[in-house]
Amino acid sequence: MTTLPAPRTRRRAGVPPVVWLFLLVPAVIEIAMVFWPALNSFYLSLTKWNGLGAAQPVGLDNYRELFADGVFRGALRNNVIWAVGFGGLSVLGGLALALALNRPRRGVGLYRSAIYLPMVFSLAVTGLFWRVQYQPDGTVNTLLGAVGLSGWERQWLADPNTALYAVLVAAVWRQVGYVMVLYLAGLKGTDPTLDDAAATDGASGWQRFRFVIWPQLRGVNTVVFAVTVIDSLRTFDIVWAMTQGGPYHSSELLSTYMFQQGFTFLNLGYASAIAVLIFALALIFIITYLVRATRDEVET
Amino acid sequence: MTATALAEAAAETPAAAAAGPPRRRRRWVFHAVMAPLTLIWVAPMLFVVVLALRSFDDISQNGTSAWPRSLTLDGFRTALGAGSMGRAMWTSIQVTVPAVVLSLLLASMAAYALSRYAVPGRRAILLTMLAGNLLPPQILLIPVARITESLGVYDTLVGLVAIHVGFGLGFYTFVLHGFMRSIPAELTEAARIDGAGPVQIYARIIMPLCRPSLAALAALATTWIFNDLIWSITVLRTEAKLPVTAALLNLQGGYVSNWNVVAAASIVAAVPTAIVFFAFQRHFVSGLLMGSGK
Repeated sequence: MTTLPAPRTRRRAGVPPVVWLFLLVPAVIEIAMVFWPALNSFYLSLTKWNGLGAAQPVGLDNYRELFADGVFRGALRNNVIWAVGFGGLSVLGGLALALALNRPRRGVGLYRSAIYLPMVFSLAVTGLFWRVQYQPDGTVNTLLGAVGLSGWERQWLADPNTALYAVLVAAVWRQVGYVMVLYLAGLKGTDPTLDDAAATDGASGWQRFRFVIWPQLRGVNTVVFAVTVIDSLRTFDIVWAMTQGGPYHSSELLSTYMFQQGFTFLNLGYASAIAVLIFALALIFIITYLVRATRDEVET
Repeated sequence: MTATALAEAAAETPAAAAAGPPRRRRRWVFHAVMAPLTLIWVAPMLFVVVLALRSFDDISQNGTSAWPRSLTLDGFRTALGAGSMGRAMWTSIQVTVPAVVLSLLLASMAAYALSRYAVPGRRAILLTMLAGNLLPPQILLIPVARITESLGVYDTLVGLVAIHVGFGLGFYTFVLHGFMRSIPAELTEAARIDGAGPVQIYARIIMPLCRPSLAALAALATTWIFNDLIWSITVLRTEAKLPVTAALLNLQGGYVSNWNVVAAASIVAAVPTAIVFFAFQRHFVSGLLMGSGK
């Protein structure tokens, strides 16, 4: 607001009615479509309801039931694996590629475009692209056979031991480009003279990264971390497209289990309780993101 | 902190500079690593394209990953016709265009009010709106289905557009607010002295100046809304009304072993966003960065 001293002091008296209208219309829409429904979920999570008639209040029964529910616990564990695997691999891949493709050279533009192209596909499309590769006679098995690892061949998506990881690979394939773009921007904000000075002084590549570049990426790291965790708690589409949580719930995530409970079995109260827990888990990262957003607001 | 780290780093390997590989070899190593890696990255896409162009008989006789022995557009023909991807594409356009336009219009109005006027509590309002966009959609699904029902827009495209607009608003407002705030006050002040009202200043001065961020957000919003799955399967029930992403999953169920049709349909679903991406590549990337608060 520092750019607006003049209007503020003079127009202290008030905001013109039409400007209030400018703000109110979007605000009312967001309240109606987002905040009001979110509040409703909290209430529904304390009820038993199949969508017909009135919802029966049952207190905390749904939550108690959840923690006794093996499928829920499995989904929770899968979600942790997912957050760590999805986050870890896409950050490692994205950061490594950003470092490799940071300085302008011939071919860099082409490499960058190729790597972030998958990001524009929907998660459902990504899922189908990879379903094809994972078919029994698909590319993955064919390649394994070609390099003499035919013992590793399997039905990747139909095998409870591999389904979750097979989906994870597809999701990471799509996410790496996004993380790379974020880090490329972060690297643009670093001071190249520091890096050059370190190079002149004989610092190795790893030392320059660890002691010169990495400390300057702290801001981007916070954003990438928050975004990745929020994204992994939201993950739904790609699992729905590839396995629908199966086989035997082996690739079930909280979001897919919630959807199944809510829209397939119409256990609306139970599903709402799962949704509330997803929200609670996401909350801390949402706050991280908002704090970061506020800080940028103050800085600029 | 950086300076001391630098000194330490330098002290550890005083002789490393001399050992650095010559430039030309480094360039060669760079391409030797990146070229195959990029190829692996695009291989799944190329494979799907090839698969889509093969015939059903070729695939069922030789397997999905065999060298292609046929070239036909049958897969695309079936996907667009009987597979109803053509109809779904039209539905998606009917949803995406109004949702993007409305989202950006409403978000720019809110951002204008919050950035150019001393609205009390504007920071809290802005962050609350942004927080709404960060909520996991799961917490909204069931109530949104009920609310669209009670408003009489359940299973209609209007309902789907409404939820896209409502859910996206917070983020777009936040980004546009950041941009509008950087517009110098003198510009609007001059117009005000000339007798322009708030609406004219918004329409004639602020919006034209916001064109770059609007373009970036439009590119981003188009891909998000076009790619959506969860809202469409929450709000819509009738199969004939499903947009592309949801229709694609339905088609996959109906053409289980027709891999050429499934591949063709997923390409059909991927092409529009790929076009947006290539046409607005720079905008697209800057849009993503706006989201990171950078």
